[in-house]
Amino acid sequence: MKLRRTMLYVPGNSAAMVKDAHIYRPDTVMFDLEDSVSYREKDAARFLVYQTLRTLDYEGVETAVRINGLDTPYGRDDIEAMVRARPNIIRIPKTEKAQDVTDVETEIERVERKIGLPIGTIKLFAAIETPLGVLNAREIACSSNRLLGIALGAEDLVTSLRTSRSKDGIELHYARSQVLYAARIAGINAIDTVYSNVQDEEGFIAEVRLIKQLGFDGKSVIQPNQIKLVHRVYTPTEEEIHKALRVLAAIREAESKGSGVIALDGRMVDKPIVERARWTIELAKASGVVPEEVKL
Amino acid sequence: MKLVKNAAGREIPELFPGIGKLEPFQGAYARTPLVRREKGSRTLPRLNKIVDTLEQAILKCGLQDGMTVSFHHHFREGDYVVNMVMDIIANLGIKNLTLASSSLTSCHTPLVEHIRKGVIKRIYTSGLRGVLADEISHGLMDTPVLIHSHGGRARAIETGQLSIDVAFLGVPSCDLYGNANGFSGKSACGSLGYAIVDARHAKKVVLITDNLVDYPNTPFSIDQDLVDYIVIVDAIGDPQGIATGATRMTRDPRELLIAELASQVIVTSGYFEDGFSVQTGSGGAALAVTRFLREKMLERNVKASFALGGITSQIVKMHEEGLIKRILDVQSFDLEAVRSIGENRYHTEIDASYYANPLNKGCVVNKLNVVVLSAMEIDTEFNVNVITGSDGIIRGASGGHSDTAIGSGLSVIVAPLVRGRTPTVIDKVTTVITPGETVDVLVTDHGVAVNPRRPEVLERLKAARLPVYTIEELKKKAEKVTGIPEPLPFGKKIVALVEYRDGTIIDMIREIQP
Repeated sequence: MKLRRTMLYVPGNSAAMVKDAHIYRPDTVMFDLEDSVSYREKDAARFLVYQTLRTLDYEGVETAVRINGLDTPYGRDDIEAMVRARPNIIRIPKTEKAQDVTDVETEIERVERKIGLPIGTIKLFAAIETPLGVLNAREIACSSNRLLGIALGAEDLVTSLRTSRSKDGIELHYARSQVLYAARIAGINAIDTVYSNVQDEEGFIAEVRLIKQLGFDGKSVIQPNQIKLVHRVYTPTEEEIHKALRVLAAIREAESKGSGVIALDGRMVDKPIVERARWTIELAKASGVVPEEVKL
Repeated sequence: MKLVKNAAGREIPELFPGIGKLEPFQGAYARTPLVRREKGSRTLPRLNKIVDTLEQAILKCGLQDGMTVSFHHHFREGDYVVNMVMDIIANLGIKNLTLASSSLTSCHTPLVEHIRKGVIKRIYTSGLRGVLADEISHGLMDTPVLIHSHGGRARAIETGQLSIDVAFLGVPSCDLYGNANGFSGKSACGSLGYAIVDARHAKKVVLITDNLVDYPNTPFSIDQDLVDYIVIVDAIGDPQGIATGATRMTRDPRELLIAELASQVIVTSGYFEDGFSVQTGSGGAALAVTRFLREKMLERNVKASFALGGITSQIVKMHEEGLIKRILDVQSFDLEAVRSIGENRYHTEIDASYYANPLNKGCVVNKLNVVVLSAMEIDTEFNVNVITGSDGIIRGASGGHSDTAIGSGLSVIVAPLVRGRTPTVIDKVTTVITPGETVDVLVTDHGVAVNPRRPEVLERLKAARLPVYTIEELKKKAEKVTGIPEPLPFGKKIVALVEYRDGTIIDMIREIQP
């Protein structure tokens, strides 16, 4: 199971940051060719990200590239170059309907075929950043087998809604829930929007707690210092780990005895409990609080 | 035995077998010109050492061609004293001087002219920066600059290798008889640790102040019994350049990453236990180590016996909350440290010899458990350069780097693997300041390397699952991004000699071609 608690945005035109963004150990490094790159730098950023992905080693950290939309003059060139650069993921901006994903997929497939890459190598993420996108979240989430997740982008959205970001995030409640439900129906990741006030650590942590409780898999982050804070919130407590390990031990015991019914402390252990226990241990391993060797 | 009559009218021997020649008493005032003569008058004693102008002080000291003058660098980038004094010396037509300052900074550009005109012939310093450093790197001086460490300078002065004729010492507060301290007044700089050695050993001592206070100015760092003359001027420095308000914690994610990793190294190294002692430098990452260490100390209920070195607000805070029992301060980096050295009973000023002189009867770096130091370059032999930049131009200082590296139980170097487009870990450093045999661990943003001389530390870090590599592996990682740099275009002329703390020459710096 691949964790995506943090997807770190890295401006694609900043060589100093692009060269080794993995050292902050986000779950995914996401090079941006879109909004953080001015139109005068589009070519330079595309070239830089292409060369770095081809040359440097990101030491096991998943790589993604946010491309420009196909409705811009840069989108197709981005796909041409990035499929060849072979990040793990291409992230589509401002998705509003299933067709947006299909269009990008068609382009990717064309390039994959051209260069002899197995079809489906490049995975997809779709960002939902408009009211229409939010309402179509379900069809977007179910639009492609390549799709690993959908991500909420709130900055444009709140403007379209004629409001602004607030501390408690009441204005995003509907969009967050919609994106989350869509992702769960499709069986893919749900990633929350960025928190742009990098000075406000307290507000950031509060928001991470909120989205974790809602059920999100993780958050897009714009500042390396935020990574540790997210991971800390997602680290299971000692008590949770202890309980999960006991659940997993009980299953193994039941399986070895060939017994179908599993009980722990006199209570039935059913499928959702087992699944939650597995998820807890995965998170605990990623957080370094449980050694990798522990079996699921 | 031949007897003579002395000024008290008594007969005494002039010579006594087994003792030698004896001097007859010549009158109570004859040999002590510095005492008050108006015995019996009811007015308060007025005796003082203040002279009207710097020029008079220089003349009274008998400064002549070829002599050695000394300064301290406690005013850092805000220093007015060196330039002020050297301008007047130049106007007096005195030439061929040796300038021995504990260090020089980028505010000392005017020295370039004094060198060109032959006023200054030789320089002893810990560091050079700015235009002066640039000019010297391009061959301004015929005699190479002698670069020393802070401990090495104290040794040179105390052993007489560096003999100071006149020390011109700026002091932030002073009374009319020469008791001076550094923590009060508008130009407060805190500790006067480097100046104290000069005051003790120079043949003549001139104090320069902008803050004359009532006698006696206690507590004092420089004692009246060492001082010849005092000159009062409008300002000895620019407070902005002397001390920052409080050294701010970095928010740079790379520096924080290095700092946190360094703190993990320290905690797992075997040196982190109740009563340990620590020194951290003033660079962004080194400073942030203090913050992460504080968290670990609170977590594990560990207290430090003392913190040493350049003292910052972070160290003061930990002292005041009981985490660091004593502070030994040779140099105060910010206004909080300046306040504390004046207020806190156990924040003690130390001089450069006590700090790091390798040949005295015990300097405090020898009692240090852990030191965190920065580096411009480090090579695969763990030699460290903190003086020449990747362009071959001098832009740093030896400071206490080599002193604390050898004295400490664990010396930790913190540096980013790549700076701009230049690798930090390389095959051979441009200039060796600290020899690799005294360096234990390198912490970079891409992982940690342990000197093979410290296998037990390596094992502990591995057991703690820290990202440990060999230093060659780190070098390769850097080169993967930067490529291998072209060799620097050095010329023939030697522009500086680097003295190791014991007085031997560890390296030299050649002129860089334009």
